[in-house]
Order: sequence, then structure tokens, then C-alpha cells
Amino acid sequence: MRVTLFIPCFIDSLYPHVGVAMVKVLERLGHEVLYPEGQTCCGQPPFNSGYWDEARVVASRQLEFFKDAEVVVSASGSCGAMFKVFYPQLFEGRPEEAAAKSLSSRCFEFSDFLVNRLNVRDVGARFDGKVTFHDGCHGLRELGTKQEPRELLRAVKGLELVEMGENESCCGFGGMFAVKYPEISTAMAEVKCNSILDTGVEYVVSNDSSCLMQIQGWLDRNSPRTVKSLHLAEVLANQ
Amino acid sequence: MSTTQNQFHRDAERTTADVPRRAFLRKALRGYEVKRDETKATFTDWQKARNVAANIKYDGVNHLDRYLLEFEEKFTARGGKVFWASNSAQAREYILQLARDRGVRSIIKSKAMTSEEIHLNDALESEGYHVVESDLGEFIQQLKHEPPYHFVFPCMHLKRDEISALFEKELGSAPTDSPEELTMIARAFMRRQYIDADMGISGGNFLVAETGMVSITENEGNARLTTGLPRIHVALVGIEKVLPKLSDLALFLPMLATAGTGQHMTCYNSMFGGARQPGETDGPEEFHVVLLDNHRTRLLADAEQRDALGCIRCGACLNVCPIFKNIGGHAYGTTYQGPIGSVITPHFRGLQDWKHLSGASSLCGACTDACPVKIDIHHHLLHNRRNAVDQKPVWWEKIVWFGYVQTMTRPWFLRLANKLAPLAQKLHPLVLGGLFDPVRNWTKTRDFPEVAEESFHDWWAKRKEQSK
Amino acid sequence: MNGDRDKILARIREGLSVPAPLHHEMPARAGQSAQEPAFRAWLPAVGASQEEQMALFAKQSDLLRTEFVTCADVRAAAAHVAGLAAAHGWKKLAFHPGALTGALVPHLPTDLEQMRVEEGYDKLALEACDAGLTECEFLVAQTGSVCVTARSSGGRTLSVLPPHHLVIASRDQLVADLSSAYQGLNAKYGAALPSFISFISGPSRTGDIERILVLGAHGPKKLTVLVVG
Ligand code: SF4
Repeated sequence: MRVTLFIPCFIDSLYPHVGVAMVKVLERLGHEVLYPEGQTCCGQPPFNSGYWDEARVVASRQLEFFKDAEVVVSASGSCGAMFKVFYPQLFEGRPEEAAAKSLSSRCFEFSDFLVNRLNVRDVGARFDGKVTFHDGCHGLRELGTKQEPRELLRAVKGLELVEMGENESCCGFGGMFAVKYPEISTAMAEVKCNSILDTGVEYVVSNDSSCLMQIQGWLDRNSPRTVKSLHLAEVLANQ
Repeated sequence: MSTTQNQFHRDAERTTADVPRRAFLRKALRGYEVKRDETKATFTDWQKARNVAANIKYDGVNHLDRYLLEFEEKFTARGGKVFWASNSAQAREYILQLARDRGVRSIIKSKAMTSEEIHLNDALESEGYHVVESDLGEFIQQLKHEPPYHFVFPCMHLKRDEISALFEKELGSAPTDSPEELTMIARAFMRRQYIDADMGISGGNFLVAETGMVSITENEGNARLTTGLPRIHVALVGIEKVLPKLSDLALFLPMLATAGTGQHMTCYNSMFGGARQPGETDGPEEFHVVLLDNHRTRLLADAEQRDALGCIRCGACLNVCPIFKNIGGHAYGTTYQGPIGSVITPHFRGLQDWKHLSGASSLCGACTDACPVKIDIHHHLLHNRRNAVDQKPVWWEKIVWFGYVQTMTRPWFLRLANKLAPLAQKLHPLVLGGLFDPVRNWTKTRDFPEVAEESFHDWWAKRKEQSK
Repeated sequence: MNGDRDKILARIREGLSVPAPLHHEMPARAGQSAQEPAFRAWLPAVGASQEEQMALFAKQSDLLRTEFVTCADVRAAAAHVAGLAAAHGWKKLAFHPGALTGALVPHLPTDLEQMRVEEGYDKLALEACDAGLTECEFLVAQTGSVCVTARSSGGRTLSVLPPHHLVIASRDQLVADLSSAYQGLNAKYGAALPSFISFISGPSRTGDIERILVLGAHGPKKLTVLVVG
């Protein structure tokens, strides 16, 4: 299958290795990977801030880049939800509506794609370590992805998966929320990170790098013990 | 920034710093969640039940005029009196006038958020009426001169020693650390109040159109005593509370209990159809229902968010909300706290003054998942944000987003920024967390990741080059 | 004077002129037919037979901390009440005369003073009673609830003011769920429903202080359900 990657802007510059890992996994499974080079941001920051006109300008570019893609796979559940759930709302009643709905139907979050579209669980990965999985809220509730990443992780050799307490609670990132309401966001991060630390794991894995930025950011500053955050793709790429 | 917003920031900063109180709240709500999940699991199909409940509420709210008229007709036929209040002042004045006309001296109240909404107690007390809140949590808050902390659990933030000290000071009781003894102190105090009161004021969880009844859900029995003993009963109820049929309660009562407290059924679910009827033993001589609009029709006019009028005030969305758990109820500064409060308060009290509540959310959606009537709560927070901007954009935000659009529509510019970022980041420690740190709101409490020397885009381009 | 009735209705109608979007898959309201009581398909299961439903009522009573007693006949029920009276040192019991209550009270010990409420009563005197004995409309298996009305149970307060509420019911008053109870009320009263209907699920309770369960917040501290037959 020809798989078109959507590498959101912050992953492009902060976590490029996540994209590299996705390419590795997909190619290992025998798929051709495409990457439209003009892509930037999905438009979620202004969308979530209420600036829908601005969001539309940026979003309509993405519609162009991905219009011919057979399937689009997103490196982040949150940006994936933007494509899948919010684009149709953003363009409702506008000329781009059909394109938005079409993209929505072709777009997948990474784990959802592997499990539900490709029907793969074991990607031939090996990873030695004890990990816990954090559900990004957009992936979990907008896209309904919960078991998929766990199924993938359970198939990884050498990996021990431990669930943390209150595993569905939000890490407190929330995009602009993290800097507009830093005190609340930080309090939420503290709660989340304490749940992670309580498990005694060495790694926290997620399908959303934005949550990991929040979690790792809090841990590095506040935790006496090191826990390393990894994107699901990085674990699956490891052999 | 508006004063309400400033206040919110200040309060949130203070309450999030209170780590023990946050832990106390979280523990309580964890207990709630465990119990709720157990009860939910006994449903044959909770998700379908939610759909049906949402469906019935949709019907009720979208034919509100018809059902209110039906309610009025049936209720009046049973000797009840209906008063339609456009706003707080009208509702207060009606109740005050009634109290004056009937020579009322003492008033007992059972829990009614509508009463908090219109500040009824202040109005009654300033005219010299003796007013007592009978619900234990509300009573404690009344003694504390504080509004409820949570619209279902009014004093959930208080520890027993604080309540004991309060009772000692206000009621002269002996100190105790037993919740049971504290409850019995309130019980003993309240018994006489019920008997002496001339007027009982309640809220209402549902208005049943078909039979002209007010349905009240409670655990303590205080609402039954409030509505059973005094000679006048006044129910102050929002106009949106209609249910088409009496038998709809067969679904709503268990769902309200499950979502609200994790019980299968709340202890007392009572339906009141009029004052004492001929041939009945007891009950009030008069029963008045005050139907309160107070900007509910404004919310109704917003078709996109109209479903929020279906709220049954179970409090589930607060109980699962990470924002609520960390800032607590008072920081909201509203009658209705938590996610649903953040949705509806801008409609009730002004978008520009209350839009910050819609901003203060990570949009995690736990509220929407928990809502028994499937209100699209967290998406409405997005809608409020959008409406606030459409109505009145913030000038500096406009500039920020202009810059953003310029960057994101010019990939070469974004790539250039990526190239320069690592250098900028080397200088960052000079200002880290300080006044001149542009990302201070992040770096004050969290580390920021390093910008990669090679972006994914560069890696891809290089790879393509090599494979040629 | 009915306030701003017309203005409010006008505002509602104006608002409703724009239809609201339907977000959810909406199964139709449950068939309100006699065969399939409303909502049963989604609510907790109740079991088909009377035995199963009685067992469920017993289980729910237990969870609710209701004392649930099955008695061979009214005489046995009276003996149980007498036992309670002796154990707790009751001096006075209030009741309303009905078929079951009327049959029960003659078997109570003579030193237990009796008070009847049907002709009106002194509130303080009722408050001073140790127990209130009532009949009910239905027992609801699904939720362990006792359905009382102003008609069936001696008015509004007899079942809530005294600290111990005793309910006497016959076995055939057991219904499966709330829907059946509402159907039953409609069948019995038609349009002339009592002014007060209540589903009582266990003794009065509160969790307002630190979410710790305390029984007897304002209403009865104890609830005893006696089923005869
Ligand atoms: S919005 Fe939903 S969850 Fe929140 S209080 Fe209302 S009914 Fe309950």
C-alpha cells in the first residue's frame, strides 16, 4: 500500500526521529511511504483558540497536499483528530467541505492504521524494558483508540507493559492551554507523572508526542528518578 | 483581561498550590468513580440508555413551549399555581411577595441550585425572614457563608475537623471527629426547623409535563420534610427541566443516581403533583412553581449548544474533570461549576466576561464521556471560544495568529526557523524562566525539548537525494 | 398573575425556529406497550420469574441497608415488629389504618402506645414517635425501592418523620421495575394520581462529610420491609 505520512509541525522539528521510526516500521511491513514536503501544521492551535478563519487558511493547504493520498497516517493522535473529526466541522457549509470529509475518511492515527487497517499486531519489534502507556485524550476519545496501541506493545518481544493508575486521565497539555493556564496544566502534569512514577517503569510510551513533551518536560524538571518517554513508533521500530 | 478572568487566574494559582486539598479531592472522586463504574456495569446497555435519555431530552427541549404549557395546564388543574419568571429579580419578588401575603416568618429550604443562581437567601434574609438550608452540605455552606463548592456535593472540600469547628462555633456543639456525630448534630438542629417553618422552598430535578408534577431527587429526606410539613411549598425550577412523560422517570431516576453518585437509586425520588388533595392526610395548603428563564432562552436560541439545556445536573462531568479536581469548585466563581458550568455560564452571564472558563480546559473530553445525556460538553467549550473571537477578537492574539498563518503557509520560512532554532535555544538558558523568557509560561515549571539539528523534512530530503 | 408567561413562550418559540442538530444515533423511545415495559432493554436486568425478582429485591435491600423480612402472615409480621419495639425500647408507634396495617396493630404489645394520623395529627407528637408503620403501593425489584404515595401510606410525612420506617406489603405488590410501578399507578388512579409519590430506596442517608456514608440524615435511620404471604 502507498502510505502518505502526516508529520505535524512540532514533530518535524522537535521529534523528527518519530517520523523516521514510522517510515522504518511501515517499510519493514512492505509498504511504500510518501511524504508531501509542503505540509506544515494541521491548524489546530488557532482552531482550539477560537480563530477558525486563520485555522482554515492553514488547513485548506493540508487538504491540497493530501487530496490524492490513498491513506494518510498521522504521527500524532491529536493532529489526526484534527483531520478526522474537526476538519469536517471547520469546513462545514464551505466549498472545501467535500474535500475535508474525504480526508477525514482516509486519515488514520498510526496505531489505528496498523491494527485496524493493516490488521497487524506483531511488527517484528524487540524492546527490552518495562513500559507504561499513556493515552492521548484526542486519540482516546475523539478517535476511540484504546486497545490498538496496547495490542501492538504486547506483541513486542522483551517488553513488559504495566498499566498506570487512572490511566485515562489527561496529562494537562492541551495545546495553548499549557501556556495560557500554566498552573492548572502543571498540576495536571504532576498528577499524571506521579501515576507514571508509581508504576516503577523505565519508559512511558504514547501515540501522541505532544503529551510526551508535557510529561517529559515535567519529569525532567521535577522527578528525581529518570523515566524516558518514547513515541509508540520508536518502540515498534526497535529490533 | 476582565476582572472575572483575573480572579480566576488568581484563584486557580492559589488552589493548585494547595497540594493536600487537591489530594483530598482526588481521593474522594476516585471513590466516586469506582462506585459509579460498578453500578454502570449492572446496566444491560449503558450506552444505549444514554442515547435514549439524550433522545428524550432532545424531544423535551426542542418542544419546550408545548411541554411547559402542558405542565402548566395539568399542574393548575390540581390546584397548583405557576409563575413564569424572566429573570432573578422577578422570581425573588414573587417569592417575597408570597411570604409577605401569607404572613410567613420562618422558611426551610431543600437544595436548589436555582436558588443559588438568583441569590434568594440574601433577598429573604434582608427582609427579615429566618431561612435555613436543610441539606447537610448546603447547611454547612450556609453556616460558613460560602457558596456550594460542587453543585451536587456542596461541601466536599471540607474535612471533618473543619466542620466540627464550624458547628462548635455556630451551633455550640461539642467537637467530634465522627461524621456520624456531626450528621446527628445537624439532624437534631433541623427537626425543629421543619416543624416551625411556614414555607418550604425546593428546587426540582424534573418537571413532568404529562401529569403536571415536580420530581425531586435526594438522599437525606430533607426535601420530603421541607415539602411535607410547612403549609406552603414553593418549587423554583428552570424552564428546561421538562420531561414529556411520567414514565420517562423510570429511565432518568436510575441514570441520574448512577451518574451522580454511583447509586442505583437515590434514596428518595419524589413526585409532587399539587398541594394536599381532597381526602389526603397532610401536605401543604398551597403549592407554587416558579418557572425560571434567567437567560435559559438565550442558550436555547443557540441551536449548536441547545443540547446543554438537557443537563440533569448530575455532576458527573465535574467528578471526572481534571480541571475541577485540581482547581476545585470555588475558583470557577459561578453557580454551576465544572465543565457544564463553563459551557452555560457565558450564555447566562455574558460571553466576554466568562469565556476564560471555556479556555481553561485541555479539551480532554472526559466530561462528554461521563455525561448521561450525551451533551457535547467539551466541543461546546470550543464553540464558546470561537464565538468569543467572532464577537470580539483579542488584538494581540490576532497578531500572533497572523504570524502563525504567515509561517505555516510558507514552508521555506518554517524550515528557516527550524534551522535557526537550535542556535536560539543555545541562548535560551540566559533568560530561562525569567521575565524575558518568551516561553516562560512553559519553562517556569517544565523543561522544553531541544530542537533537532536535522528536521524530519531535512532527513527525508536527504534520503531522497541519496536514493537517486 | 402568572408573570412573563407570554414573553418567555415567545422567546422559546423564536429560539426553536432554528432547529438543533441531532448528534447521536437515537433509538426510539422504548415501546410503551404492555408486553415490553419501557427501558427494560437497557436498564439493569430484573429476571423473569417472581422468585428471581423477589431475590433481587432482597439483594438490593441488603445493599441499601434495608431490613427485609418475609413473614408467613400478618401475625408473624407483628411479632417481628414487637421484637424491634422491645429491642429498641419503643414507646410509641404511628400508623395509618389500612387492610394490612389494620390487621397488624391489634397484635402489637399493649404497652406500645399507638397513634393514628389519618384525621390529621400534631407534628410534634408524630416527631416524638419511635416508628412509623405504613403500607405501600409497590415494591420494586430492580432498585429495591418501596413506592409510597399520599394515598397508600398515610400521607407524606408518616414515612419520613419517625426514625424507623416500617413497611408492610403483600408478596403480590412486588413489581419488576420502575416502569411497571408507573404503569401500576396509572392503572390504579388514572388521571387522579395522588399529590405525592415517592420511591424510597433504603433508610435516609448522606455522604456529605468526606463521602462517608451516614444513615439517618434527616429521615428514618432504619427501614424495615415486611412482606407477608
Ligand atoms: S452536563 Fe451531563 S454530566 Fe454534566 S451535570 Fe449535566 S447531565 Fe451531568
